[in-house]
Amino acid sequence: MRRYVIKRLAQAVGVLWAAYTVSFLVLDYLPGDPVTAMASAGMDSGQVDPQQIAALRHEYGFDKPVLVQYAEYLGRAVRGDFGDSVSTGRAVTSTLADALPQTLQLTGTALLLAVLLGGGLAVVATYTTQRWLRQLLLSLPPLGVSVPTFWVGLLLVELFSFRLHWFPAFGNDGLRGLVLPALTLAVPTGAQVAQVLAKSLLTALDQAYIETARAKGADRWRVHLRHALRNASLPALTVVGLLVGQLIAGSVVVETVFSRDGLGRVTAAAVTAQDIPLVQGVVVFGALIFVTTNLVVDLVYPLLDPRIVVASNGRAALA
Amino acid sequence: MIALPHVRTSRWAALTAVVTTSALLTACGSGGGDAGGGTGQPRSGGTLTFAVGSDSGCVDPQQVASNETIYSVRQIVDSLTDQDPKTGKIVPWLAKSWDVSPDATTFTFHLRSGVTFSDGSKLTAQVVKDNFDAVPKLGALGTLAEGYLSGVKSTTVVDPLTVKVTFSQPNAQFLQATSTHSLGIESSASVKKTPQQKCSDGVTGSGPFVLKQYVQNQSLTLARRTGYAWGSSLWSKKGEAYLDKLVFKVVPEAGVRAGSLQSGQVDAVASVGKANEAALKGGQVTLQRRANPGVVFGLGLNNSRPLFKDAKVRQAILHAIDRQQIADTVFPTGTRPATSVLAHTTPDYTDLASGLTFDASKAKSLLDAAGWKTGSDGIRAKGGQKLSLTIKWFPNAATNQPALELVQQQLKAVGVDVALKQLQVTQFAPTLQSGDYDAVWGNVTRADPDILRSSFSTELANFYHLPPSSLDTALSEQAATVDPAKRRQLVGEAQQLIVQNAYYAPVVELQTQLGVSKKVHDLDFDASSRLQLHDTWIG
Repeated sequence: MRRYVIKRLAQAVGVLWAAYTVSFLVLDYLPGDPVTAMASAGMDSGQVDPQQIAALRHEYGFDKPVLVQYAEYLGRAVRGDFGDSVSTGRAVTSTLADALPQTLQLTGTALLLAVLLGGGLAVVATYTTQRWLRQLLLSLPPLGVSVPTFWVGLLLVELFSFRLHWFPAFGNDGLRGLVLPALTLAVPTGAQVAQVLAKSLLTALDQAYIETARAKGADRWRVHLRHALRNASLPALTVVGLLVGQLIAGSVVVETVFSRDGLGRVTAAAVTAQDIPLVQGVVVFGALIFVTTNLVVDLVYPLLDPRIVVASNGRAALA
Repeated sequence: MIALPHVRTSRWAALTAVVTTSALLTACGSGGGDAGGGTGQPRSGGTLTFAVGSDSGCVDPQQVASNETIYSVRQIVDSLTDQDPKTGKIVPWLAKSWDVSPDATTFTFHLRSGVTFSDGSKLTAQVVKDNFDAVPKLGALGTLAEGYLSGVKSTTVVDPLTVKVTFSQPNAQFLQATSTHSLGIESSASVKKTPQQKCSDGVTGSGPFVLKQYVQNQSLTLARRTGYAWGSSLWSKKGEAYLDKLVFKVVPEAGVRAGSLQSGQVDAVASVGKANEAALKGGQVTLQRRANPGVVFGLGLNNSRPLFKDAKVRQAILHAIDRQQIADTVFPTGTRPATSVLAHTTPDYTDLASGLTFDASKAKSLLDAAGWKTGSDGIRAKGGQKLSLTIKWFPNAATNQPALELVQQQLKAVGVDVALKQLQVTQFAPTLQSGDYDAVWGNVTRADPDILRSSFSTELANFYHLPPSSLDTALSEQAATVDPAKRRQLVGEAQQLIVQNAYYAPVVELQTQLGVSKKVHDLDFDASSRLQLHDTWIG
């Protein structure tokens, strides 16, 4: 088990380094640089003195060879120093630290809603004996996956904020402000949870051990929840691990539509301004969250299904 | 405020339009209330909540160039002078009077006494000197302010309330520059901070409002400065501002801004595009508009390209563009087609509409005369070469693409083949400098006609690669002319030369459009089409 964890940690570091390097190269490949971006912001026509730009580029070190810049950034990043945002001058780490709680609140709530709503839908859809109801419920997840998030967000704002005045349309204030954005973000996520869970529940219900349980006289509800759901939840759990990455990506759109502060808005602004240090910070941080969640998910498998043990060769496997 | 989100914003804006027109229009009548019109006496108190679309991440007026951030941070500082939006005239503010040397190289300001900053320190000539000495070192975000002070030789304290600024070359634009937010005066303590500190922590000014709280990408709160008694000579209320508080909320989505205003969650919104006008019409909202002064939206032609060395081709393009159609189809209601290279709100603007008529047959005959004959595919050619050009554009406004698609159609109608190429906003400056373009689409906001010199003089950056000509003389002479009538004449001459020679193809004026609740009164545009909120009241 320990070897397994160590190996997984080493992999995680590899993933982080790759994310860092790829994002650096992509940003470097983009035409222009943060200095030009800053100097031309608001100068509607890019009429900035070329000499001024050259001097500034030198000041920020953007005139150095790419490899030298890369080595410098990486060296500092390893020590946890991502430098200062070029556009605001604030330390990247504190910018991220400020934005993180808002995004965690949003994505956490969205994930909870997604699991409850998506999971609930899957359970009810597979439990019901009404054919039409099952068909109806099972057709919802594909719909939820395919409608664009911003459109869902705008519809919810239109109805619940502008017309019914139940929730504010923008801002980070309190629980009331959290409802609509979390719901918006939960729609595609919950839909995927529902799709996977419903499918594996149906598979599980066909298994022989379900027959055995029923034969022993367990009532339908108990069979459904205790026996089938427990086994069926494994694939869903894997999906949840992957969905965390999607939730963070989704926060870019949701935070923009609902004017919430958070990692998503920081990301959008940083990419726009080609704020290399900040984008790097976001990428590495996002990768860190993703890697950690999936590591946790892997470690949870054995708890759900005792047949899964972490083998000594470092792979989770069915015994 | 640039590339990626803008593209999306426009798409979302279109979608919101669909959503809002279908759903909101039915709800329009239910606005209720009786706050009809500007009746009643102005009264003090209250909070104005203003939704803007973006946050530039910096709260130092000297370093902010984005309109939506200027709206708020402008209120923190006073300037030496103010500019009358109606006449363009420079009037007293912190300086009660000034003298300009006849060659426009030396500017002496006589400061008002009794002015204090919100940290209690006094406004003196030394503070002004500290400000102007620090501006050239502001760095990348300070390009506007640095430009206004470029060529400054020295700033000297003549006596405690008199300060003298000397330039190495004539610099008539400097007087107007002292009225801008970019040269707003900050306290000595603020000036000593690094540009980055000023950006993130804010600055201490002597303005009618004081920065209370700034949450990046979220909100900016200003509170009324008590004891304020040195307002601009243009303001109707003497002393302190009416409003207790100003709260600027950052709401990036245009449709959400419009809905928030309509549903009373905010009192005013910035950047209302054509797509959101329908949602805001009727009900309790007024749309306020003013054209931005400066160089209008248009095609900056690369005059060094062989194709554009022929004046007839450039003039043909000028006459092939149907400006009215573009203004009506793409831009917010009330947007004016260009009638000069300068917008009509720019001081010393000259109406040259007769030289900018849409006349397709004239364009065709000009091209015929230049030897470009129509081919079988409708595109003209000369010596086996097609008459085609590429317009490079940058996604810094949602109107750019639809406007250019119309230009493309209109030019095609006279036999000119146009390709559109979108670049990143960060490529704008490099593209202009390298000259690697046939034509670029853009505009520049500035409430002083000297913007013509920055844009068109061959002695400066010469972005449009003009050949040296008598235009240079007119432009450098206006920069050295203090006499208003004489300067007006020189600026008029320069506009005429640019339009006659078609160095630039003016298309439409940029118009700032705000949505304002009817309970808000006297929310006024300043000379640069930004906001003055000292006189604003709610009732």
